[in-house]
Amino acid sequence: MPEHQQPFKNTLAALVENKPGVLNRVASLFRRRNFNVDSLTVGRTHKDHVSRMTIVVDVKYADAKLIAANLKKLVNVIDVQNLSEQPNVSRDLALIKVRTDDVESRNMVTTTCERYPARIVDIGTKVAIVEITAQEDIVESLINELRPVGIVEMVRTGVVALGRGIRIMDTDYEPVRFDNSQNGLERYGV
Amino acid sequence: MILTGSEIIMECLMREGVKVVFGYPGGAILPTYDAMWKYRDRIHHVLVRHEQGASHMADGFARATGKVGVCIATSGPGATNLVTGLATAMMDSVPIVAITGQVPRASIGTDAFQETDVTGVTLPVTKHNYLVTDVQELAYVIKEAFHIARTGRPGPVLIDIPKDVQTAKIEFVYPEIEIRLPGYNPPTLASTKEISEALELIQNAKRPVILAGHGILMSDSIQELRELAERANIPVTLTLLGKGAMPENHPLTVGMMGMHGAGACNHAIQEADLLIALGMRFDDRVTGNLKTYALNAKKIHIDIDPSEINKNVKVDVGISGDLKAVLKQLLPDLKPSSHPEWLGRIRDWQEDGNERDILNYDTQDRLLGARVINELWKHTGGDAITVTDVGQHQMLEAQYYPHQRPATMLTSGGLGTMGFGFPAAIGAKFGRPDEEVWAIVGDGGFQMTLCELATAAQENVKVNIAILNNAFLGMVRQWQELFYEERYQSTPMVNPDFCKLAEAYGIPSMRVTKREQIEESVAFARSHAGPVLIEYVIEKEDIVYPMVPAGADLDKMVRRPKPGEQQNA
Repeated sequence: MPEHQQPFKNTLAALVENKPGVLNRVASLFRRRNFNVDSLTVGRTHKDHVSRMTIVVDVKYADAKLIAANLKKLVNVIDVQNLSEQPNVSRDLALIKVRTDDVESRNMVTTTCERYPARIVDIGTKVAIVEITAQEDIVESLINELRPVGIVEMVRTGVVALGRGIRIMDTDYEPVRFDNSQNGLERYGV
Repeated sequence: MILTGSEIIMECLMREGVKVVFGYPGGAILPTYDAMWKYRDRIHHVLVRHEQGASHMADGFARATGKVGVCIATSGPGATNLVTGLATAMMDSVPIVAITGQVPRASIGTDAFQETDVTGVTLPVTKHNYLVTDVQELAYVIKEAFHIARTGRPGPVLIDIPKDVQTAKIEFVYPEIEIRLPGYNPPTLASTKEISEALELIQNAKRPVILAGHGILMSDSIQELRELAERANIPVTLTLLGKGAMPENHPLTVGMMGMHGAGACNHAIQEADLLIALGMRFDDRVTGNLKTYALNAKKIHIDIDPSEINKNVKVDVGISGDLKAVLKQLLPDLKPSSHPEWLGRIRDWQEDGNERDILNYDTQDRLLGARVINELWKHTGGDAITVTDVGQHQMLEAQYYPHQRPATMLTSGGLGTMGFGFPAAIGAKFGRPDEEVWAIVGDGGFQMTLCELATAAQENVKVNIAILNNAFLGMVRQWQELFYEERYQSTPMVNPDFCKLAEAYGIPSMRVTKREQIEESVAFARSHAGPVLIEYVIEKEDIVYPMVPAGADLDKMVRRPKPGEQQNA
């Protein structure tokens, strides 16, 4: 268990109910508790009623614990784990549009991409789009190498992560489902 | 049976044991008020004069009874007027369910008349909130809301219900609702390791102090606290909201801690070698400067809310669990001990405090706030439920009206909401009709919610209103005197004639200007069956001592000088 006294990038995973407003609740928590978010991603899981968030916070380990405790207090948050406490796989995806309007820049982009888990997914006479999926620091490194060539636009997903091995973060929760034929709104024309 | 959403709300409230609700009607909540007509012999609706009053009444009801208080308001301005009351309840962990009307679903997001994003506005000041978009969910949501409000660390829950959900009809059988809240599991027990670590610290302590908070009352751990204190011979200090956790005449009770706490408490905390914090959250008003707070003490912190552990004060043993359950785990292996020297030292500090007590001064003809409160204590037998507002009178109440029973002093601690006292007292009286209830308020705070005089008169609710009128915003004036070189910017108040005001509402009143009249005023209040207002015209420029200046070390208190001493402010 890391007992870092210095801030570092803690990767928190949160299972949340897939309901309207849950992202707002989480974002509002970070704002009102003055916790600074490095990145926050959210998406559905293999269960349509459960979403999963990956939240990276650049704080001391003790503060990450406090953030996790605050997240757990939200009624719609099912479980929270600090993945930095265990071996994990984390990935960030970036789409980077770079200048390729001369031979030199086209060559630079091509050779740089060969040294990274990156590929060119769109290329034209003026610009190309490079896609990379890798650990965050590798993505950073590629961005820094492409910077002198001329990045004109870019987007990143933020980090997503899963713990390694057989420790599964899941829930057996099943929501109440209403019978739609019973829905009074249609039946009574209100 | 086919019921409307509004009727379902009523059915659910009855199932939750609700007999009284505080509210104010309006367009978007009208269907619910219409349904209330049918249920009016089972659910009593108290018509307030401002929705803020409704939220404080629900709060006072909840604090007095331990049950969930319910308030109702319409959409838009009705709902936003509840916000101060919700924030008050949130800070002090009071269980409230607020029901608000919302514009019809199809109009949401169109800036319709009286539309406000109420779940958005109240998100940071509620424990949880709901926007009900399907009438079939309604019964589940209400059941969950009450469950969330009253369990774990209690708090306010708001349910926003669009008008067309209130009017929608469905075949309704009150479902055998199994609450499914996968993310809501308040902690219960401590681990055996935590218990043995805590026990070891307690057994080895030479100068232990218990810090008892609101959690003792809410988890009903009064007996367990007493057992812990008596068996291990540990002095008990109380937070403002912890008053009543331990009888104040108990020999181990030292008093209230913090900014205006007893000197002995603050000294004891600073010199302790062990703090046992039970159901309290190390608010800045009780710790003073965190960098110098109880530096020599190991710390045990037991609280239901895991996010409170290590938030303000780093602790050696942090246990998140139900206080009663954890204390029950702890007690069987707790060995008796005694700390005569330590208790003797605390007694010395207490004696110094007694010498500085304003009541021991020759105050001649001046009517002092402290004197009024102390005489009210005497003449009510020290047994009334007192509900205070916020300011000097609140601190004086905490200092000069000792309480022996739990839930007999109700006050807005965390948020410090002026205007809370009077409406909360009305709510408390509805919850505990057999108790004598006094609203102890200042002239400033009372004027923030005095419109509820009409509510008190309409309901003929027996609340005695004691206004300590110093024609100043006293606590702010005190800060201006001590820290802003007596520049009394915007603190002197030109007040109405409070007695004439009461008369306008048909409420009997009395003005007290002399000490001898205080006893008579209590008799006067008791002689009327309905609300009574008593104005105590007190010393204009008085200071509440001791005082820890904001951010100062806890034991660096500004003390009231002993007779003959120089002012040390």
